[in-house]
Amino acid sequence: MVPNHRFPRFPLALITLGVLCLLTGSYLGLFVAPPEHYMGNVQRIMYVHVPTAWNALLAMTFAFAAAIVSLFKSDLKWDARLEAAIEVGVLLAFLLCCQGAIWAKPTWGVWWDWDPRLTTTAVLLFAFAGILALRRFVDDPVKRATWSAVATIIAYVDVPIVYYSVRWWNSLHQQQSSPATVSSQFYLPLRLNAFGVLFLMSGFIMLRAEIASRRIATELAPPPRDLVGELA
Amino acid sequence: MPLDGLAIDASHLARRYGRRWALVDVSFQLPRGRVMLVAGRNGAGKTTLLRILATAIRADSGRASVGGHELTEREEIRRTTALLAHQSYLYESLTARENLSLIASDTQSVLERVGLADRANDAVSTFSAGMRKRLSFARVLLQKPTIAFLDEPFGQLDPEGFALVEEVVAELKSTGATVVIATHQIDRVTRFADAQLRLENGRVA
Amino acid sequence: MITALRKELLLQWRTRAQAIAVFVFGATALLLFSFAIGPSAALRQYAGGFLWLGLLLSSTLTLSESFHAEMENQALEGLLLLPVSPRVLYYGKALANAMQLIVLGIALVPVMIVLYDAGTTRIPTILLIIILGSAGISAPGTLYSAMTSQARAKQTLLPLLLFPLIVPVLLASVKATSLAILGDPMDQGRAWVLLLVTFDGIYWSLCGLLFDRVVED
Repeated sequence: MVPNHRFPRFPLALITLGVLCLLTGSYLGLFVAPPEHYMGNVQRIMYVHVPTAWNALLAMTFAFAAAIVSLFKSDLKWDARLEAAIEVGVLLAFLLCCQGAIWAKPTWGVWWDWDPRLTTTAVLLFAFAGILALRRFVDDPVKRATWSAVATIIAYVDVPIVYYSVRWWNSLHQQQSSPATVSSQFYLPLRLNAFGVLFLMSGFIMLRAEIASRRIATELAPPPRDLVGELA
Repeated sequence: MPLDGLAIDASHLARRYGRRWALVDVSFQLPRGRVMLVAGRNGAGKTTLLRILATAIRADSGRASVGGHELTEREEIRRTTALLAHQSYLYESLTARENLSLIASDTQSVLERVGLADRANDAVSTFSAGMRKRLSFARVLLQKPTIAFLDEPFGQLDPEGFALVEEVVAELKSTGATVVIATHQIDRVTRFADAQLRLENGRVA
Repeated sequence: MITALRKELLLQWRTRAQAIAVFVFGATALLLFSFAIGPSAALRQYAGGFLWLGLLLSSTLTLSESFHAEMENQALEGLLLLPVSPRVLYYGKALANAMQLIVLGIALVPVMIVLYDAGTTRIPTILLIIILGSAGISAPGTLYSAMTSQARAKQTLLPLLLFPLIVPVLLASVKATSLAILGDPMDQGRAWVLLLVTFDGIYWSLCGLLFDRVVED
């Protein structure tokens, strides 16, 4: 596996584009769009919260796909992508929980309201952070790749189960409504931000995967000189 | 078993552990029914080679046919081969007989053969290193392998034990089995070895 | 398969002193929970929660021990080379672990009843929940135990990986147990039992499928 040493133009372009989208979308959402009818200005957090939510799930789904491919092919490139996707996903999940808390405090007076989606995100956060911890404690790159992939598959399959169990559990208690989504007139800032986070996230994943690839390459001995042609 | 009589046909086997290549480009052929000595200093790659051929670990590149099966056909190879490893593969809290009954039920004769019949119902945790080695030999015999891989069979044995190794190899050979012995105690094995493979820094010397 | 299970039970029987120690640990945990709350009606209301928390914490002890015998002399590799199918090995271990947890759960029920005034006549229901919940903890727990026993920092890694995963099992078991103790007028327990059955079904198949990737090189 020969890592790519070219200047990462494409990911950096993506990140720049993402930042631009986010700046525009956030400006529109914060200053241009009118305040929401019932919740007032607090609701503006939706312009970041919803895009973050979509992309967190996307990152985890990509991690799941990378895990499956990583198990079938013995190419460590996919393990690098898995590591990147999980890390970015964990970051987004953490942001999601923070945003949820920021929304909940002025709305309900408490920092955490056991909203099913947010609670599932918290569980997801811990599960995938655990996988990152697992990676730290395994030295052999091949074993690390296999085990991370297995753990990712197991954790991802759990996500819908956790969601439904928390939702059912929550419905027996007080009814806390989840952060409402945006009404249809204000889609533009939302879409802009969604793409903004998407581009940012993709750029980060690509760069991070590249870093992971290079690090994994240093852990594995290069093929002995006289056999470079035959060995990977 | 292939018709041309090769027990093992290995080509360009290689394996690395992290930053170090343990085996590089190892190729050899071993006809059926022979006893091959794999010699080399500690760290030369003898254990790695045996473990690859016994399918305990994978090879990073190269291929081999063991008993007519490719290395990818793990289950078939495992059915017909046995490995005597550095570790004993024993359960400490089980008795000698219980450990063996995980393999097959007629444990008595093989226990007698290795001289452990009187300790058959004692827990392995009470065994000395030499006795554990004997029990490991019993495991190999009980599997009735067509190819046996013995990794440092002389370790932890007393002079009586050395005779046991020779008896075990003789018995295996008499059943038509092929035996591969890895050891750095060459003089003990050269007497009955039909072939020799010398490894140095992971390569065939 | 029978041989694998028999070996597991034999191993467990030989090390039965450990099981007593784990029970004492679990009972102590339940005791500590009661001190944390103090004499209060809340004890009875949350008895289900305390029972399952205690069982979950104890399970880390059982699970991490379950591969100890295999790793001592690389006995696991010895079995794989016989050959024994990794799947068979997995199910044997997972079953044995589940049985250990079930026995522990049953042993902790009287402790719960006494400490939290959580007496109930619906013992068969509680038994069913203990069986399903233990199975739910055991399936991924056995797989992760196999992984972490080969890695460094095994004691911390196992709970770290396992606990987020079995949140549904915890929720369902606690809810169903509480309903059994406090009364279930609307028969909601059925839905929680269904959730447990679903989780068990998915994870007993999935982990069995993935096990050989975890133990094979």
